[in-house]
Amino acid sequence: MIPLSWYLVFAAALFCVGLFGVLARKNAIAVLMGIELMLNAVNINLVAFWRYLGPQDITGQVFTIMVFAVAAAEVSVGLALFISLYRRRGTISADEIDLMKW
Amino acid sequence: MTPEMLIFIIIATITLGAAFMVVSSRNLVHVALWLIVTLFGVALLFTLLSAGFLAIAQVVIYIGAIAILLIFAIMLTRRTKEDVKSTFNSNWRWALFIGFLFFTGLLVILMNWSGIAAAPPELDSRANPVVEIGLALVNPNGYLLVFELASVLLLAALVGSIFVAWDRRK
Repeated sequence: MIPLSWYLVFAAALFCVGLFGVLARKNAIAVLMGIELMLNAVNINLVAFWRYLGPQDITGQVFTIMVFAVAAAEVSVGLALFISLYRRRGTISADEIDLMKW
Repeated sequence: MTPEMLIFIIIATITLGAAFMVVSSRNLVHVALWLIVTLFGVALLFTLLSAGFLAIAQVVIYIGAIAILLIFAIMLTRRTKEDVKSTFNSNWRWALFIGFLFFTGLLVILMNWSGIAAAPPELDSRANPVVEIGLALVNPNGYLLVFELASVLLLAALVGSIFVAWDRRK
């Protein structure tokens, strides 16, 4: 059987790769993809803890489904913002999105 | 080394490699395709954890809806000359440092935690997890309120994204 630590270390690595993507990428859509990676790492943790620490309780799986719903909402609103921004400014580079600074 | 461990190592390596490509590839369409590989790897890990329903939901929701939405947005906002320029902003070294720091911090916390060696309990073979999830979601003493909140959130996101992306000049 696979030890619980393997899943946790893998999820930590995936989370940190996503964190690097969020902090370092220029393109706003690539930043959004980094957030998706981080949410997936969290989901792996939730399911692994459900399986190893409390499989009689369905909480871990229900919470993962909620994370799916929140991720879908976040992506749809984020992409709508970027498309609207691209129409007005002609760019979605995170460096050039500084309208709020006026 | 059981066959399960070998399968885990193969899936984890492919998934992490695809995740590295997601954050480092220059061509955004390739980034979206690598993201699909990563999401599929995570779905396989869900099956290894005997959460079959979540694996299906991951494929349907993440790959079928979110990844396709991302590809649409990439193609609507694409300028090919941006592929030539650097894909990272000027602070990427700091980002790399913070990522490593966070990973080492998480590893230290994990190694000092006593529950790390927990063995997985046997699953009740008669229980049907899909039925359990369904009952928990509509049970007023369970997660009915959370379920309704999620549906309101999705409706708000739907209306909000239509409003934001609307082209008012036409």
